[in-house]
Amino acid sequence: MGVSSPEVFQQLQQEILLRQGFRPPSASVVDMGLGPVAAAFPHGVFPTGAMHELLSHSPEGFAASGAFTASLVGRLMARGGACLWIGPRRNLFPPGLAVYGVEADRVVFVEVRKEKEALWVLEEALKCEGLAAVVGEVREVGWVVSRRFQLAVEQSRVAGFLLRDRPKGRQPIAAVARWQITPLPAGKNPGMPGVGFPRWRVELLRIRSGHTGKWELEWRDGQFHSVGALMAEDIRVEKLQRKTG
Amino acid sequence: MGKRFLSLWFRHLTTDYMTIRRPELHHIPFVMAVPDHGRKIITAVNAAGRKEGIDAGMVVADSRVLYPTLEVVDEQPGLAGKLIKALALWAIRFSPVTAVDPPDGLLLETTGCDHLWGGEEAYLTAILGRLEAKGYHIRAGMADTIGAAWAVARFGQGNNILPSGQQRSALLELPPAALRIAPDTVDRLHKLGLVTIGPVAGFPRRALRRRLGPELLLRLDQAFGIEEEVLTPVQPVEPYLERLPCLEPIGTAAGIGIALERLLERLCTHLRDDGKGLRESVFKAFRVDGKIMETRIGTNRGSNHVAHLFRLFEEKIRNFEPDFGIELFTLDAPKVEEVTPLQKTLWTGACGTDDPRLAELADRICNKLGPGLIHRYLPAEHYWPERSYSEAGTFEAKPASPWPTDRPRPIHLLPRPERIDVAAPIPDYPPMLFRYQNRLHTIVHADGPERIEQEWWIEGAQHRDYYTVEDETGARYWLFRSGHYTGNHAHQWYLHGFFG
Repeated sequence: MGVSSPEVFQQLQQEILLRQGFRPPSASVVDMGLGPVAAAFPHGVFPTGAMHELLSHSPEGFAASGAFTASLVGRLMARGGACLWIGPRRNLFPPGLAVYGVEADRVVFVEVRKEKEALWVLEEALKCEGLAAVVGEVREVGWVVSRRFQLAVEQSRVAGFLLRDRPKGRQPIAAVARWQITPLPAGKNPGMPGVGFPRWRVELLRIRSGHTGKWELEWRDGQFHSVGALMAEDIRVEKLQRKTG
Repeated sequence: MGKRFLSLWFRHLTTDYMTIRRPELHHIPFVMAVPDHGRKIITAVNAAGRKEGIDAGMVVADSRVLYPTLEVVDEQPGLAGKLIKALALWAIRFSPVTAVDPPDGLLLETTGCDHLWGGEEAYLTAILGRLEAKGYHIRAGMADTIGAAWAVARFGQGNNILPSGQQRSALLELPPAALRIAPDTVDRLHKLGLVTIGPVAGFPRRALRRRLGPELLLRLDQAFGIEEEVLTPVQPVEPYLERLPCLEPIGTAAGIGIALERLLERLCTHLRDDGKGLRESVFKAFRVDGKIMETRIGTNRGSNHVAHLFRLFEEKIRNFEPDFGIELFTLDAPKVEEVTPLQKTLWTGACGTDDPRLAELADRICNKLGPGLIHRYLPAEHYWPERSYSEAGTFEAKPASPWPTDRPRPIHLLPRPERIDVAAPIPDYPPMLFRYQNRLHTIVHADGPERIEQEWWIEGAQHRDYYTVEDETGARYWLFRSGHYTGNHAHQWYLHGFFG
């Protein structure tokens, strides 16, 4: 019997993915515009009904994590639906979200006093079907709590993001993906004075059923561009005028 | 169906109360007294005292002649008023429309209440039994009108439930004092030889009005049911109020939950029929021992969704202590608002900010953690960063203008700009390096300045010159210099935000 046929193998793998909470790509998939990063995900599709953990180690890195999350949330919100942004004290600047494609009036900010409250609100929000995304700024998350989050999003198909700024430990939590975003110096654009477009080193440290990796991405014209491809686009960049005050 | 009223007369209200408080007074004669012009006037006497011939209105010193070891209790001013008010609130468990009838009576509108106890007889027995068990001496009267019930309670003999429509015939036998008229009118009627209401009612009305004033006629009409009389309830009746009396006292958490669910179903059906949703709701449990426990919830927008409201209450009813049992639950909605029937959103399944699912989530957060945590912002047409957005009052408000993207704005803004030390080469130029939190940042790229002025009509202060800068590691900051560069003193620079 041809037990080890590649079809059977593929079928089993599909089944495992399904049981892990990844739905096979369907027509309703959102293009996250992540370019080369997409290849690292299972099925090559950004997992939406899943928890993503973003680590940062400085206020600058935290801002970069926030911006990267905002750009993903902007894509998710394009389908409609609101976003909940939960954090201890609100230092997020709503007008600063617009450049990442997020209409800040569709974001509901929950300002909590204690980390414990943030975790409770997060769990309630992640269970709320129909939300585009839920972002939580929490420092410490236990394994059990994160497992509950992951189970909640597998049910509700909400994308959950945990922004962990300077966490104490690096113990793994039950998130599908662990990211680390660090700002990078902008490339030298010939003929362009001043600060360039935001550029980040995007590191995918862990991804369930996917491949980890490192990329350098630039946020330009409302989408990500892989920096490797910059040279070919230089001519187009010349034409763009960065509007500054 | 006609209305039914119950009048309760607490014949010895204050002395009964004292006896309940101090059981040792039960068998000895005692009086309640108030000081008046240097002597003490008796206001109330207990049963043992009356046997000795002591009566209200006597002076304490005189009554001591009759009974030398008479116990005298000082009556606090307003005691009777307070007692009767408390009893009226207690009696709400028997009827929602309960009124105080000064000085020592209660009036209850019992229309539609008695069947819950299985008829008027059983209803009255239940009330009287409860009050007598407490230690009060009561007389009761039940009739179609307030006046007739009052008269039967005080002057009736025998049966104290007047069947519907018989108030006229029953009243004709009673003395004129049963008409709730001023004592001097009663005296004049007695002088005229009119000792029952019958002949009074037979007189021509013009003659009665001329000789005895309009009050007598009004009271007669009210007692006979010709004139409408309205009760002023001690607690206003809520239009959205549901009651659930329990046959057996409820003493379990599951029982409370079931009661709440039933009440919510009834209230929500009522609200849905009227196109309303509740914004605030109070759930009360009346305990057998007279204590009332209550809890309230609030919602961010009108809701008549049973499951959602039940979840809001669920957290709070956990600390209800049934003790000996709860005999009545009430649920009312003091604050309601119009709600539009559920509207299908444009995106199926997606949950916008005006979606009820989000409002329900917000309700749960507010109920658990308290109000003031949930914010939503709209763009405001100001350049000054701290004023460039404003809090939206509701989840439905739509922005008047789109969020501007034409100027660089950081993703994180510090609540207060933080002072930094900089080295700037020439005036009006971005700095070369700055020190923030003891770390030196060398600036590689910079954009600016973008001058943002204070709006003088709001606040007069220095303008700010903002620069977007990038340091050697690629981190991007929003810095500003406050005020003009004049050259003769150092200028303060601030860090205001972080770009992504």
